[in-house]
Amino acid sequence: MSKFDKEQILRTSGVNVLKCMRCGKCSATCPSYDEMEYHPHQFVYMVEKGEIDKLMQSPSIYKCLSCYACVERCPRGVEPAKVVEAVRLQVIRQQGMNHLTPDDIPALLDEDLPQQAIVTAMRKYSK
Amino acid sequence: MQRIGVFVCWCGSNIAATVDVNAVSEALAHEPGVVFSTNYQYMCSESGQNLIKDAIKEHQLTGVVICSCSPRMHEATFRKTVAAAGLNSYMLEIANIREQCSWIHKDKAEATEKAIILGRAAIAKVQLNAPLTPGTSPVTKRALVIGGGIAGIQTALDIADAGFEVDIVEKQPTIGGKMTQIDKTFPTLDCAACILTPKMVDCAQNEKINIFAYSEVEEVKGFVGSFTVKIKKKARYVDPVKCTGCGECTEKCPMKKIPNEFNLGLDTRRAIYIPFAQAVPKVATIDPDHCNMLKNGKCGLCAKVCSAGAIDYKQKDEIVEREYGAIVVATGYNPIKLDDYDEYAYAQSKDVVSSLEFERLTNAAGPTGGTLLRPSDGKHPHTIVFVQCVGSRCSNEGKGKSYCSKICCMYTAKHAMLTREKYPDTDVYVFYIDVRSPGKNYDEFYRRAVEEYGVHYIKGMVGKVVPRSDGKLLVQASDLLANEQLHIEADMVVLAAAIEPDKSARPLATMLTASMDTNDFFTEAHAKLRPVESPTAGIFLSGACQGPKDIPDTVAQAGAAASKVIGLLAKDKLTGNPCIAHPDEWMCNGCSSCEKVCPYGAISYVDKEFRMPDRTTAIRRVAVVNEAVCQGCGACTVACPSGAMDLKGFSNSQIMAEVDALCKM
Repeated sequence: MSKFDKEQILRTSGVNVLKCMRCGKCSATCPSYDEMEYHPHQFVYMVEKGEIDKLMQSPSIYKCLSCYACVERCPRGVEPAKVVEAVRLQVIRQQGMNHLTPDDIPALLDEDLPQQAIVTAMRKYSK
Repeated sequence: MQRIGVFVCWCGSNIAATVDVNAVSEALAHEPGVVFSTNYQYMCSESGQNLIKDAIKEHQLTGVVICSCSPRMHEATFRKTVAAAGLNSYMLEIANIREQCSWIHKDKAEATEKAIILGRAAIAKVQLNAPLTPGTSPVTKRALVIGGGIAGIQTALDIADAGFEVDIVEKQPTIGGKMTQIDKTFPTLDCAACILTPKMVDCAQNEKINIFAYSEVEEVKGFVGSFTVKIKKKARYVDPVKCTGCGECTEKCPMKKIPNEFNLGLDTRRAIYIPFAQAVPKVATIDPDHCNMLKNGKCGLCAKVCSAGAIDYKQKDEIVEREYGAIVVATGYNPIKLDDYDEYAYAQSKDVVSSLEFERLTNAAGPTGGTLLRPSDGKHPHTIVFVQCVGSRCSNEGKGKSYCSKICCMYTAKHAMLTREKYPDTDVYVFYIDVRSPGKNYDEFYRRAVEEYGVHYIKGMVGKVVPRSDGKLLVQASDLLANEQLHIEADMVVLAAAIEPDKSARPLATMLTASMDTNDFFTEAHAKLRPVESPTAGIFLSGACQGPKDIPDTVAQAGAAASKVIGLLAKDKLTGNPCIAHPDEWMCNGCSSCEKVCPYGAISYVDKEFRMPDRTTAIRRVAVVNEAVCQGCGACTVACPSGAMDLKGFSNSQIMAEVDALCKM
């Protein structure tokens, strides 16, 4: 199951996690760092190790702002934000929630959820 | 018909694991002209070579085909082998079944079939081979060294020490290069100037060494043993013979606000200047872009104060033509431009500096007299953050370089250590991805920075640097081992910029027909076995033009390049390549196509008297090849519309025979 998930993440994200040289610049640049249980560099490494379940269960996937600072600054072109998005998409697909309507939002809201995450989710999943 | 022997090499398992060597030698045994065919584990070993020699004698072979590695690897070896058995060494052909077959294929059946076809082509060619005798050419006993940094200086000194003349061409007003800007050198911490300036003086005083400072190479012609080089001596507007280097002019010049490139723009110089006190030659130079006299004819102060009468506003660039037997490239490196690194605020804050700028800020001869002060407000920094790998080890699609710049780990350890030693109240952080310190006493040096000097080494990268209005630099970084994001209020940030070859290297490579890699580093003739020679004969490589190098590596390579040059210059004559062009005068129609394409200027035309079949005589214009100058590139044979021009050893008929053999299934 886990291996299947890893391949799915690699395919949907289009990211080659083996390009990572473990410099941590993604996590150094991340504005949501303190909010996250798993940080951008950990997403990349945990996908490499196949620990997809842990990532899917972590609230971290909703804390990523999709600001793409990590993508912009990664010296190796790894694109960590795309990995986070792919995990998030995996969760949503498994929940059968690949569509999001404005009516669904109130039930999903909590205090910690950043405004931008809702906007991002609406942009992506309301079509 | 030739009597041909075929020798198939296993190259251990390099060939034999992918190619069925028995099948190859068996199949080739039935080719026309083949009287002997065998295979052996290592054909280049002594017993392998003896096997070839014995077969030549026993079977009266007149031609030899060896199916093995690339001719670049062992052609010379096997030419000697067949010559030792009494054959002309050009009666040998090599079929490359390693690099072009076994190494690039996985399927054994396919690779075996291809090896047989390649062997068949070589057999078809050797059928038409004729014995060739190489000519000789003279050697000009003088070397040219391009670049006057530590690499060029060391190479020149070593060549001169062997008794040969050397010219150094340096585009800056003084020799010395990057090392003049460095304060101390790792891992011994001796002062760079103290070990470099004596060598600069040695160059100036050595009667075998001629320094062309403030000069550039304009044109290179010729070939190994006899290059003709045009050197442009740029106008200094100062007579170098009369100038005593007293510096009176540089004090009186009214143009004071010109960024001083020697201090990387951290202070200013005048329009007439001497880069630094120990410059060699110690001669003033007028910067024509900023001199009022040269720009609009108003000023002339320097000429008035010069008691030696050395100022000459009418001086012009001068072209000097010199002959050389060998050329050494020592064009060195530069740190990359950091202006694109917005995340580190390099262009936004004066207190974010490159490591070379930091070097000037700590140098006793630098803009601050060696006291470490922030460029923005001249205050002592109390927290300094060093960032490693800025622009190094990047993916190819980005703005950085894919390679490790090699020297940064060590000089950053040096900077951090020296800062802590001189200013113990300063907190020093080094953010690293990996610390790479392979070298004698290198890792010990880095560990001393950590253990004895209390430098904070943190595994992780800096994500961004934000200059605050109170003058502090807010550094946000990863501490990967603690799994934390750090926020440090720093006074200075020092970026270890990647290094790249000097911009003059590529046009120079074109002039020299020397090859380069995608990063513009010069390519060596063999990565392991010929590291200081370019694949172009007579061109040698010294220092960082070949790849990132620190000073010890550079000096070692500079000496190695010098020894190769000495080996060449010590010869009275060079044995040439007999595979050169020759025209069939009866077919030549005098069109000059070959003359136009020849890159070596080896072809000329003469009017020659011919006796025609009807017993009349006719004067016809025909091509003549200068055998000493022709390098056998074959451009003329392609350009010749009548097929009159042919290349010995690679004749049109030989090539067609190979193609026919390749196409025959």
